[in-house]
Amino acid sequence: MTTGLFLIVLLGVSAVAPFLRKYLKNQAGWIYAIWPFVGFLYYLSLLPVINDGVVITETFSWLPALGIDFSFYVDGFSVLFSLLVLGIGAFILVYAGYYMRPYPMKGRFLGYLLLFMTAMQGIVVSGNLITMFVFWELTSVSSYLLIGYYHEKPEARASALQALLITGFGGLALLGGFVLLAIPYGTYELSYILASPEIIQNSNLYLPAFILVAIGAFTKSAQFPFHFWLPGAMTAPSPVSAYLHSATMVKAGVFLLARLNPVLGGTELWSYTLTIVGVTTMFTGAWLSTTQVDLKRILAYTTVSALGTLVLLIGTGTEYAINAAIIFLLVHALYKGTLFMMAGNIEKKTGTRDLTQLGGLYKYMPFAAIIMSLALVSMAGVPPMLGFLGKELIYEASVAAPKAYGFILILGFLTNVILVFLSLRLAIGIFWGKEPSYSKTPAEPGLALILGPFLLVLASFVLGLFPAAMANPLTSKAITAISPGMDAIVLKLWHGFNLVLGLSVLTLISGYLVFRYQDKILPGIDNVNIKYFRREFTRLFFQMIDGFLTFTKLKTKTLQHGYHRFYLMTLFVIASILVWVMIWRADPIMLELNFSDMPLNLIAVVVLIIAATLSSVISNSRVVALISMGVIGFGITIIFIAYSGVDLAITMIMVETLMVILAMAVVYHLPRYQNFSGTGARMRDALVATLVGAFFMVLVLQAGTSSLETPISDYFKEASYSLAYGRNIVNVILVDFRALDTLGEITVISIAALGIFAMIKLGKK
Amino acid sequence: MLFLLAILIGVLYGAAVYLLLRRNIFKLILGLIFLGHATNMLLFVAGGLTSGRPAFLRGLQDEAIGMSDPLPQALILTAIVIGLGVTAFALTLVYRFYKVTKTVDFDELSENE
Amino acid sequence: MESIILQIAARHMRPLLVVLSLIVLYRGHNEPGGGFIGGLMFGAAYILYAMAFGVGKTQKSLFFNPINLTALGLFVALLSGIPALLLGDSFMTGEWYTFFAQTAFELKLGTPLIFDVGVYFAVAGMLMLVMFSIMEE
Repeated sequence: MTTGLFLIVLLGVSAVAPFLRKYLKNQAGWIYAIWPFVGFLYYLSLLPVINDGVVITETFSWLPALGIDFSFYVDGFSVLFSLLVLGIGAFILVYAGYYMRPYPMKGRFLGYLLLFMTAMQGIVVSGNLITMFVFWELTSVSSYLLIGYYHEKPEARASALQALLITGFGGLALLGGFVLLAIPYGTYELSYILASPEIIQNSNLYLPAFILVAIGAFTKSAQFPFHFWLPGAMTAPSPVSAYLHSATMVKAGVFLLARLNPVLGGTELWSYTLTIVGVTTMFTGAWLSTTQVDLKRILAYTTVSALGTLVLLIGTGTEYAINAAIIFLLVHALYKGTLFMMAGNIEKKTGTRDLTQLGGLYKYMPFAAIIMSLALVSMAGVPPMLGFLGKELIYEASVAAPKAYGFILILGFLTNVILVFLSLRLAIGIFWGKEPSYSKTPAEPGLALILGPFLLVLASFVLGLFPAAMANPLTSKAITAISPGMDAIVLKLWHGFNLVLGLSVLTLISGYLVFRYQDKILPGIDNVNIKYFRREFTRLFFQMIDGFLTFTKLKTKTLQHGYHRFYLMTLFVIASILVWVMIWRADPIMLELNFSDMPLNLIAVVVLIIAATLSSVISNSRVVALISMGVIGFGITIIFIAYSGVDLAITMIMVETLMVILAMAVVYHLPRYQNFSGTGARMRDALVATLVGAFFMVLVLQAGTSSLETPISDYFKEASYSLAYGRNIVNVILVDFRALDTLGEITVISIAALGIFAMIKLGKK
Repeated sequence: MLFLLAILIGVLYGAAVYLLLRRNIFKLILGLIFLGHATNMLLFVAGGLTSGRPAFLRGLQDEAIGMSDPLPQALILTAIVIGLGVTAFALTLVYRFYKVTKTVDFDELSENE
Repeated sequence: MESIILQIAARHMRPLLVVLSLIVLYRGHNEPGGGFIGGLMFGAAYILYAMAFGVGKTQKSLFFNPINLTALGLFVALLSGIPALLLGDSFMTGEWYTFFAQTAFELKLGTPLIFDVGVYFAVAGMLMLVMFSIMEE
């Protein structure tokens, strides 16, 4: 119960948050953080239980007939993620409550943030693929609202739309993938699917399911070539960036891949795809970050790189790689959350986040400088921060990887060099370096703004210092959860002198050298970028969208041309062709012309009606049309009388009279007939009309020659007097057997009458 | 007689379709009325043609045999009255349409959006 | 369009038509007739009157408003479905009660008759509403 209940309350908090902001004033952030923090403590308390190998499941019935339930599945991996989502989320809320003070609609912003948290928390604990999909889409929607929060800015709107379109597209693919994945199992329940991976792996559906799920995960986690939406998303306010990059949204894709690793993983297709995409993304992200000067943009690209690393590690799939993935996930969440929050602080205190406009801030905010520098140390992978352990494991995984993966080591090394360089560049460039003139004197950020970064860095530090005691319990079951049969490696700060340590030292030295000679190297990289990477993905993306819109507009214009008669003609022609084909293939009708059942008077009536019909069509006079209308109506009345439709005849006489009077009243106001259509159009229409008229004729003849077994009216005939005490069966049907239909009918005519009344009255004004 | 009535229904449907394809808005309404007539007749004929045996019970035995089918008649009765309502509505609409746009040509409406 | 003949005819026809429409309504359950036809007749009586004397005068001579008549009809028709609900049947099931059972005046009354009255009012009201609106123009 607890998992589901917790989520519902969280959703409730997010729903009321915008309205309570008014009363809670500036303390809102603190108060809203309480519930996520409670959740954090709850999941922390679960750790011992989970580490005994227990998996907690809960199910709430939703659409049991379809095998879709709100079910939850909490294992070590879910707990690790929940701690990140809720722990970091709580700090983000505190931070945001303070950070957003100068902006309008802060209440709504906090509400969105809580919604975002609910969605992400939902993903990590879902135990049913459809449940997961629902939360997955909820993250897309809530991130759209958050990224586009500064909605007066066109670029914010564009970024939000871009993120929504890409992740939404991925979401659709994911739904398809889930449906395919569930077919061989006959259930969407994760626990069943995880228990027997061989079912899908031996199925034909493996390939399409894998492709669709991978598209879903890659779009969400900003993998190449979908990586461009993430740097765009940094137009969001800093709290959002911090959350989105560290624990939520982009980690959802990684979460999904890791979660399904036991089911879909282990095949060559899986390894190759994930490794290649991951390594490309890892390097592209790092490479593109080198020449940026916008603080948040640099961080965004390093996130892309980190996500690539995670996908790469999951794809590699060895024991070292999986261990590295989990540790690196934790490392990255801790330092990236800190860095983005600090970026927000710096922008808030100095008014800029352009690296060239920053420098010498240590003097003004020494505490902040130390915190951010420690986070950067973790990013660079220097001991004793947790980042060092992460990087060591990645190197171990690369070294231990099969031979074919040799290129991973090289690209991984280069990526880490770039990360070291960036860490130096950011730390020294912002806090030491030469000081530009600030418009206002920067000051140390307040408690709410610094608390989150401080605690996250502290966590990173403590975990790095006592890895076996602290980090191992946190992650060991997560590792077994996403890769059954593999154990957590006991983490150590010091491994002795070996190849991996050598690589680490080499990385640090190279990074420092790049930093030292950046004035020479960066222009070179810039040149390469300008020469080979000029096509911006974002521009390409919007060109694609524009092209698509142009196409749909063209299509709409062609199909929705606005001429009623061509719509009708399409309908008539297609319908009559279909019916003609059926008539063609049906048995021929035997037609006996029996003149004895054709009374002369009725022949005369029929001929009269036909003549009136034709004259009303051909005539150019409105009066002739009206008279013909009357003739047709009364002619039909006579036919009704001749064939036992007494009530019909009476009704028809009255209605027909009134109809002619009405038509006359209206025609009186209309102008004379004019010939709008040319002869060609008339001939064409006449052809269509003949086609339709003729098939109805054949239809009537066919209907007349075939008879059904027992018409339902036999029942009415029998029951009319015995049950309904009426001898007029037609009337009994109307007021008793089918009374509800009649009630509907009189409602319709009443509405029509009211409509007429309104139209006339409105016209008078 | 079925043959004659089939021709009649065919002609009514043909005329209705032809009128519905006109540009003049009044002819469109005329087409709508004809369509109603044609469909009523179609239902009526499909229920079988029985002369001189309206669907009334007199209390005699086995009288239901050979009696005209009451169900299509009930349906048609409903359709006739609804037809009156709908036609009246359409006619009023045409009238208002003309008052506002000063045209009875549908194409002019599409072109001016 | 003041026609003396029409006016005299309309004046005398109106009560006759109203009575006739009631008779048609009453016998509708067993003989040709019923709510639809009766309602049309009732409406026609007033439309004839309106054609002779004008809509304004006709409306003044009415003690009810066509819109209200339509609404009353719908309401009565809807109401006729309620007894079935109270008796535990599904909505709009016909419920009958026999008065003076076993006597010469045996009279069966049921909710379908009430429903027919509703139809009668609704059709009449709708017809008058439509025709008055258009004739006023």
